[in-house]
Amino acid sequence: MANFYRDNDDIQFLFNHIDLAAIAELQEEGFKFAKDFDYAPANAAEAIKNYDLVLDALGELSGNFIAPRSEQIDRDGNRLNEDGSVTRPDGIAQSIDALGKAGVMGFTLPHRFGGLNFPNLVYSIANEIVSRADASLMNIFGLQGIAETINYFADEDIRQRYLHDFSAGKVTGAMVLTEPDAGSDLQAVKLKAFQDDDGQWYLYGVKRFITNGCGEVLLVLARSEPDRSGGLGLSLFVCERGPTVHVRRLEDKLGIHGSPTCELFFDNTPCRLVGERKRGLAPYVMSLMNGARIGISAQSLGIAEATWRVARDYAASREQFGRAIEKLPAVRDMVIDMKIEIEAARALLYETSLMVDFDSNLEKKLQYDPPADKEALKELKNQSRKYNRYAGMLTPMTKYFSSEMCNRITYDSIQVLGGSGYMRDYPCERHARDARITTIYEGTSQLQIVAAVRGVCSGTAEKYLVEELATRQYDPQLADLLEILKEGTTQMVECAAFVKEKGVDYMDLYGRRLVDIAIYIINGYLFCRQASGKFDMQIPVAQGSDAFGSTISMKQRKAMIARRYIMRNAPVIKAVASVIKSADESTFSQYEALIGPVPVE
Amino acid sequence: MAYNCVVLIKQVPDTKRITGEAMNADGTVNRAALPAIFNPEDLNALELAIQIKEKFGGTVTAITMGLPAAAKILRESLYRGADDAILLTDKRAAASDTLATSYILSCAIKKLKYDILLCGRQAIDGDTAQVGPQTAEKLGIPQITYVEQLIELNNQTIIVRRNTGAGWQEVKAQLPVLLTVMDDANEPRVGNAKRLMKYKDVLAPAEITPDSGIDIKELEKKGLLIKQWSLDDIGADLNWCGRDGSPTKVHRIQSVVLTAKESKTVEPNQAGITNMIHELIIDKTIS
Repeated sequence: MANFYRDNDDIQFLFNHIDLAAIAELQEEGFKFAKDFDYAPANAAEAIKNYDLVLDALGELSGNFIAPRSEQIDRDGNRLNEDGSVTRPDGIAQSIDALGKAGVMGFTLPHRFGGLNFPNLVYSIANEIVSRADASLMNIFGLQGIAETINYFADEDIRQRYLHDFSAGKVTGAMVLTEPDAGSDLQAVKLKAFQDDDGQWYLYGVKRFITNGCGEVLLVLARSEPDRSGGLGLSLFVCERGPTVHVRRLEDKLGIHGSPTCELFFDNTPCRLVGERKRGLAPYVMSLMNGARIGISAQSLGIAEATWRVARDYAASREQFGRAIEKLPAVRDMVIDMKIEIEAARALLYETSLMVDFDSNLEKKLQYDPPADKEALKELKNQSRKYNRYAGMLTPMTKYFSSEMCNRITYDSIQVLGGSGYMRDYPCERHARDARITTIYEGTSQLQIVAAVRGVCSGTAEKYLVEELATRQYDPQLADLLEILKEGTTQMVECAAFVKEKGVDYMDLYGRRLVDIAIYIINGYLFCRQASGKFDMQIPVAQGSDAFGSTISMKQRKAMIARRYIMRNAPVIKAVASVIKSADESTFSQYEALIGPVPVE
Repeated sequence: MAYNCVVLIKQVPDTKRITGEAMNADGTVNRAALPAIFNPEDLNALELAIQIKEKFGGTVTAITMGLPAAAKILRESLYRGADDAILLTDKRAAASDTLATSYILSCAIKKLKYDILLCGRQAIDGDTAQVGPQTAEKLGIPQITYVEQLIELNNQTIIVRRNTGAGWQEVKAQLPVLLTVMDDANEPRVGNAKRLMKYKDVLAPAEITPDSGIDIKELEKKGLLIKQWSLDDIGADLNWCGRDGSPTKVHRIQSVVLTAKESKTVEPNQAGITNMIHELIIDKTIS
């Protein structure tokens, strides 16, 4: 009986390490909902117990029900029928039904719409667990941001119409944004939204690459202001699947075969405006995308965890040259690095999710329940602004880091398995195919960097590192590492200043390197924090060494990880910093010469 | 038409996790060394009951006889969708064999309104598969064993498919009826999030020690108290319960150690497998 929540020591550790009580208190608005809903928690301990119980059930469902179906789902894929309907693979349809029965399709929605009102952090844990079982299913389970967007921005009538059904798992949704000529650049969206004489809105046009476009509730970004180009001409609409929404094509794609990617044609489809006109792209879709980016980070982590487990098992059981291949230095090193990369990505994802929770809850408090006291109000505003900045920087960072990590790990996992990894007999090739999209959709890595590097260059990264991370209490045995991190921070600040001086193009040219530096330092601190927290637990050690006995303290293990991670990255930071400060602009000046003309057939 | 389903469930040692300490020296099961779990096929019975409720309406009541700790599986039943849970616990019921257990369960069930009784085909500790059928006999109702699919439920008639081992039969019966359900009947659901949140603090009175500070009345008021019945509550004749009511006498328990007498090594290569298959065809093991 597999349980993808309970069997993951790192998740178990972090669940206890992180101060969930603080976030539960905010999320439950002082636990005021307990009097109206018999399942809502009355205190922090109860809330945390709820999170644990629900994740436990989801872990069981993922391990025993969803994961065994994933291979067949990958083989089956979705089918577009002649009547324009889409038939999901059996395994996906059954899993959606099971998730609905488990009552987890309104994970973060408020109690009053039948949701669980769980914080974003717990949702990230859930998304990882589901993705580990089947990455493609996460594209449905993890799309709850659609309901969330309706909750944030739509009027009460629209909320009442859809949100209960989302919570009950009766409907699934789609974010209908991309068009043939508007991919990364959503400002170019053309799909027409127009009103008749009675004020009823309609949609006309084509959308492409729409994940779960065959879902029942569609959030559509459309041009409501025909005379206005760019983002300010766009509004967000909600419509339902119906005779005027045609699925014209299902994409035949590399991975996540369980998730239908649709081309949609809207043929004068009646729809309703979400929120206000002209605010479709910013802030509505931006907010939706930010949530989705955290979702993809969790999806990446789930795929990486799944594939690492296969590689780890194989490294121990496969013998070559008379011994297990994990005894070979090159394999050994790879398996450890994969594990540490996964834990680094998890640390960053959870930290980001927590910042998003603080951000959204403080904003909610400011809006609906601001303190009467002037000083307190000012303080709350400051806090809210601070978390908003942190969340804005960390969200693209975690999306970028996890998805790139996931691609490396799935390839390394195939490498550990050698020829077997390339074959369909093992799931690693599927993991690699599933992983490939994660650096592309919900904003490519390159776009995440564009957003993240502005956080690094605006001083947010420095503020976050110096004020939030460096000031914490750490275990004295980590003092030398903290010094190195401090030094790294100085280098990062210098690089940021250099880049700013050189202008925006240079910033984008070296953005990836600069963001990498920031992430190495942040992750280093997060590992140190994990090694210094109050909570500890014993976890089993692999057989093969007499140095540890049968178990080890997780904090002690995290200190070992912190040391390895920081010591190995410190020289990398130095090297990367010198590249950034090289002032090399050959990419701009020599492109045509270096690349040659476009090939002719 | 709505149906009242009563599911008979049992807490059992997880015999899949047998370790070196799992058996006592005398060959009996060392219950302390194994985690106590919901008998797997009882989960299939509960799932079928919940599906009946979802489709036709009605209620699902889970009932178990056992130590106070067995309340754990009643909580799990509530998480999954049971409306009510009853713990039958009484020291005088200790050492009951299948006959005594069936008698006690039948006394309890007589106090309930029921149309369909469901239980797992058998429990993984004793593997007798006797309690379900004997309970039906005690109640004087029809029984259908080895159920793997509900085909039709129409007024007072039920049609199910049962597995005979060599094939299957469709069996029709009048309600009330007792079904024993197999593991391939369905895949049991996990706990529902809101029900987990709501029922996580449910307790049976026998689980509450006086020094725990838990107010039983308060729990009951919140609907978080599991019903608990003693042998007196169900009007059971003590002569039919516990050791006195159990004709089963254990003659001898053997710890069977399987040893290979005649064995043959098959080389793990194509030639080895080809030879083995060839031999199996010749001696008609496979054809």
